[in-house]
Amino acid sequence: MMSDLQLILQSLPFLLEGLGLSLLLTLLVAVGGILMALVLALLRLSGNRALSTLAATYVNFFRSMPLILVIFWFFFLVPLVIGRPVGSFYSALIAFTLFEAAHYTEIIRAGILSVSRGQGWAAAATGLTYGQSLRYVILPQAFRNMTPLLLTQGIILFQDTSLVFVVSLSDFLTSVTIVARNEGRLVSMYIFAAVVYFAICFVASRFVHQFEKKAVR
Amino acid sequence: MEYNWDWSILVQEPYLWWLITGTGWTLAVSAAAWCIAVVLGTLIGIARTLPNRFVAGIATAYTELFRNVPLLVQLFLWYFVAPEILPAPMGHWIKRDLPLPEFATAVVGLGLYTAARVSIQVRAGIQSLRRGLAMAGYAQGMTVAQVYRHILLPVAFRVVIPPFTTEFLTVFKNSSLALTIGVLELTAQSGQISEYSFHSFEAFTAATAIYILITMTVAAAMSLVERRLPAVA
Repeated sequence: MMSDLQLILQSLPFLLEGLGLSLLLTLLVAVGGILMALVLALLRLSGNRALSTLAATYVNFFRSMPLILVIFWFFFLVPLVIGRPVGSFYSALIAFTLFEAAHYTEIIRAGILSVSRGQGWAAAATGLTYGQSLRYVILPQAFRNMTPLLLTQGIILFQDTSLVFVVSLSDFLTSVTIVARNEGRLVSMYIFAAVVYFAICFVASRFVHQFEKKAVR
Repeated sequence: MEYNWDWSILVQEPYLWWLITGTGWTLAVSAAAWCIAVVLGTLIGIARTLPNRFVAGIATAYTELFRNVPLLVQLFLWYFVAPEILPAPMGHWIKRDLPLPEFATAVVGLGLYTAARVSIQVRAGIQSLRRGLAMAGYAQGMTVAQVYRHILLPVAFRVVIPPFTTEFLTVFKNSSLALTIGVLELTAQSGQISEYSFHSFEAFTAATAIYILITMTVAAAMSLVERRLPAVA
């Protein structure tokens, strides 16, 4: 009989590969989601009513859907649209990005609204174009205000990536489950998974908290 | 893109029944978990603001523990791990005699997880009150319990009602995770219809429509309730 610790050590390369996939997915989705959300937030705040309604509908639509259902949708849709099977990684990547973009949009919108309106007027008064005032005046301040929230959402996203379990993509939790089932060690392996997730998320949230304190002053 | 459309499968047997029972389980899991979350979350949120450091510390530890482990992992812990590491008689009872084990586990897991989120809102609600309120209470010679019962909670309650209802929508969506431990709720049923009938598009559309419909109904009810609440002083 192998001890639990030995089992974990022995399967460490496999588990780390899974953790790597979880982190990679988190990173790609965070970057893609924030970029997409920036566009959506600007559309939402634009004077154009049609575009603003469109963006709002997108956000409300994805915010009222469970993430698992979105994952199911794209697991089925992506191969159908492309016309050939693409592994579950790409369909999960697309599902998460579209889903998270809706959540990031609300954060970015609030961040832009948190910059006082006088800033925009002053920028316009000095002759900056709309694009310039966004680029040099509004967005830098908005992003500074919303960084803690974006980072916190990133931690939530990292936790959410565990849901790729439903399409058997080998993220950290799925890898843990594979080892646990092969070796018949559900108890110790799931406790191990919980400890690892907790350690990562707790340390990250402490870091965000420190950052927040420094930024607020 | 080739796809064989047939919307009529949604009203055929047994698929229509699957959608109905799926919606029923989703609502049952959500409602039960929400009740646990609101009661426990309120207690923990209050505990976090108490002057007693020890109690506040334990409550904070609860919140940190439950919000830093993914919900899916928590469900697996309750479902696969808890019956094994609990004292033997309790473990046996869970494995043999617990009625609807998947449902009960999902409700407990989801409820305890959401309680952590609720506690954050309750704590923020209490802390958003002016400190003078509590001080005035203590100056009157009120005990800690009296200050909470007669001053802080009635005012804070008004502040946290909207987040409570929002939290229902979160639980409602998160209830889909129950499918991983075998609860045949709405998302699971739509997946099952898709597998049996090969009409994934119709199945997922039906589930999506039901989720959106219920979300919109709850949101509408929510704004109705909020309008009836007295304004925050």
